[in-house]
Amino acid sequence: MLGRTANGLYWMFRYIERAENIARLVDAGLRVSLTRTGSTDGDWDGVLQSAGVRDAFGEVHDTVTAANAIDYLLRDTANPSSVLSCIEAGRNNARMVRTALTRETWEATNECWIELKQLLGRKVKAADLPEAIDTIKRRAGLIRGAFHGSMLRNDLYNFSRIGTFIERADNTSRILDVKYYVLLPAVSQVGSSLDNFQWESILRSVSAHRSYGWVYDAEYRPSNIADFLILNVRMPRSLAYCYEKIVSNLHYLEEDYGQRHRAHDTAAAIKSMLKRGSISDIMDQGLHEFLEDFISRNNQLSADISEGYRFYQ
Amino acid sequence: MLTADNHPRPPYKTYQEWYDAQDPAHLIQKSRDAENIFRKTGITFAVYGHADSSEKLIPFDIIPRIISAREWRKLAQGIEQRVLALNAFLDDIYHKQEIIRAGRIPRALIEKNDAFLPEMIGFKPPGGVYTHIVGTDIVRTGEDQFYVLEDNARTPSGVSYMLENRETMMQMFPELFTMNKVQRVEDYPYLLRQSLASLAPPGCKGRPRVAVLTPGIYNSAYYEHSFLADTMGVELVEGSDLRVIDGKVKMRTTRGYEAIDVLYRRVDDDFLDPLTFRPDSALGIPGIMDVYRSGNITIANAPGTGISDDKAIYSYMPEIVEFYTGRKPILENVPTWRCSEADSLKYVLEHLEELVVKEVHGSGGYGMLVGPTASKKERADFAEKLKAKPSNYIAQPTLSLSTVPILVNKGIAPRHVDLRPYVLVSDKVKIIPGGLTRVALKQGSLVVNSSQGGGTKDTWVLED
Repeated sequence: MLGRTANGLYWMFRYIERAENIARLVDAGLRVSLTRTGSTDGDWDGVLQSAGVRDAFGEVHDTVTAANAIDYLLRDTANPSSVLSCIEAGRNNARMVRTALTRETWEATNECWIELKQLLGRKVKAADLPEAIDTIKRRAGLIRGAFHGSMLRNDLYNFSRIGTFIERADNTSRILDVKYYVLLPAVSQVGSSLDNFQWESILRSVSAHRSYGWVYDAEYRPSNIADFLILNVRMPRSLAYCYEKIVSNLHYLEEDYGQRHRAHDTAAAIKSMLKRGSISDIMDQGLHEFLEDFISRNNQLSADISEGYRFYQ
Repeated sequence: MLTADNHPRPPYKTYQEWYDAQDPAHLIQKSRDAENIFRKTGITFAVYGHADSSEKLIPFDIIPRIISAREWRKLAQGIEQRVLALNAFLDDIYHKQEIIRAGRIPRALIEKNDAFLPEMIGFKPPGGVYTHIVGTDIVRTGEDQFYVLEDNARTPSGVSYMLENRETMMQMFPELFTMNKVQRVEDYPYLLRQSLASLAPPGCKGRPRVAVLTPGIYNSAYYEHSFLADTMGVELVEGSDLRVIDGKVKMRTTRGYEAIDVLYRRVDDDFLDPLTFRPDSALGIPGIMDVYRSGNITIANAPGTGISDDKAIYSYMPEIVEFYTGRKPILENVPTWRCSEADSLKYVLEHLEELVVKEVHGSGGYGMLVGPTASKKERADFAEKLKAKPSNYIAQPTLSLSTVPILVNKGIAPRHVDLRPYVLVSDKVKIIPGGLTRVALKQGSLVVNSSQGGGTKDTWVLED
């Protein structure tokens, strides 16, 4: 396989994952505004931060309102992480690697692009937002379904999966990092409605507010929430789960190619850190520091992979 | 489709009976379905100069163009003769130049032509084949009367439409293919790969590694490039994937660099090698021409084939065919005035209303004047351009092109068409029975180019 093709698959799936995650963030934000009285503009500030676009947003908008934040996140093409930009970039990568995709996967991607381009081509009315977010999630789901149902389990598949999970780990860690302070034991007062509300919103942005109850108590506890999103290998958006998948896909590549790269060591080290760690240790050492360190190591892994597999040169 | 006395021509007989039994509204619906299939599959092309509409669909007409076995045999013989002559001409031009010495073609026409590559002089490509893939543009003007408009011997495009059009028709109207015995075109990718592999460099051991070279996703024919790579099961590469290492062209894979034996390039000569041709080219591979000349890679089509399908050379095709095959051409050439010649220029300027004037190096229907449909002002403006640089133009009469039916809201209506059959050359010449029919969708229009609003049709060659 060409290095450029591996790169294209990797980024195609990173962008599709990102589009879906941004839609989830907006969904969680909307939920907040529905259940809260008074102005929610401050919450949208947090959503923009979680999406990693707060600074860029500030360059084009003076104030944060629900309307301009949603518009920026969903459809502003000047925002490279908007859903529309991500789908466009994902589909461009898919076109580039088209010979590597099954017809079903390509068509699901192309149809996703056709529908979302139309849907997000003009401002989405507030009343139509839930439906729009649903469409985004459904379209991304169809790509995933076609991909899992039709692609050979070979190196093409491995690069696509690695892209998905590096992006997902990045997104989950950013969501946590933006809200890390509400998870700190010192400032949180268990049972206060404000905190409950913040915690639920974190869980919602990774679609985990229901599953949390099945795994832990019905009551939200900051350390449990952090444990769920960082260390729980059953939770498909947790950092630990992402690294299980990354390491196993890298392992298939190693077996298939008979080549081991620095990326393998980087990934193995992150995985074992997540496996060995306990949430109380992480909280003691500082959640924010932990997350910052994780994000930078995750980026390092991305760089190691593109070097080892000759994405660019 | 109709004979002079308004009966369907024989090859259309079965189709006509079927058509008469159809509900018109149902056909219009089918026509929309076809468009959706194309859009969903992403069968698009780019129109240069339109930033907001970077991907377009080529309109597809659901009424097939039908050619009888007998008509096809004559066409195929004529095309084969012409393609063999083109290869012999290229071999001669880059070696002994006997045709020039025999005084049949002016030396200046070759040596001052940009499409002539001095780098190719004295070099024999693997198997002696220059034009591996040819798309000959043909029009029909009457019963058994065909003219060749152009010999596309560089990188003819459109074959993916031939294949997708057939696929779409078979999906939508399977019953038509049991009623009519239509010759197969579906083997094209397989034949192309076989043909390319058979011309691998002599030093190639084992199964030759074939790749398709594309300028990338923003090229107007990118869909076709990816389609061909996919259906042949070979890598689709860009210049940035390739590098010359140890005298071989190699591609950067996730396991390291691997050699390529045959490169089907869809990149123009000018951009192929920045060390030999345009130094600013980012699409090519520095040093590939050295690898080529030392016999370590096959490039299809060979660099420098453009000299054979140049519009200025076109007018000499009857002489070229006769010179190399010893026979009169089976297919006619459209009479052509070379504006570089004073007498011809004078004639052309006096008869602009009747003529089509084309740029010698133009393609895609850009920069041409269709005299009969142009306004007075357009003709006057064009006359100025013509006088300023006569050698840049040739002129041809407007032929009374045959028409075929297309589906319109009110039923069927006649439109002008041309035909581009595809030819593969290795140790033998293989012509795919069918081709791409391009149709001028505007009533009365003679311009069939997709960049100018033309559409396409499935093309059937019937079995006997």
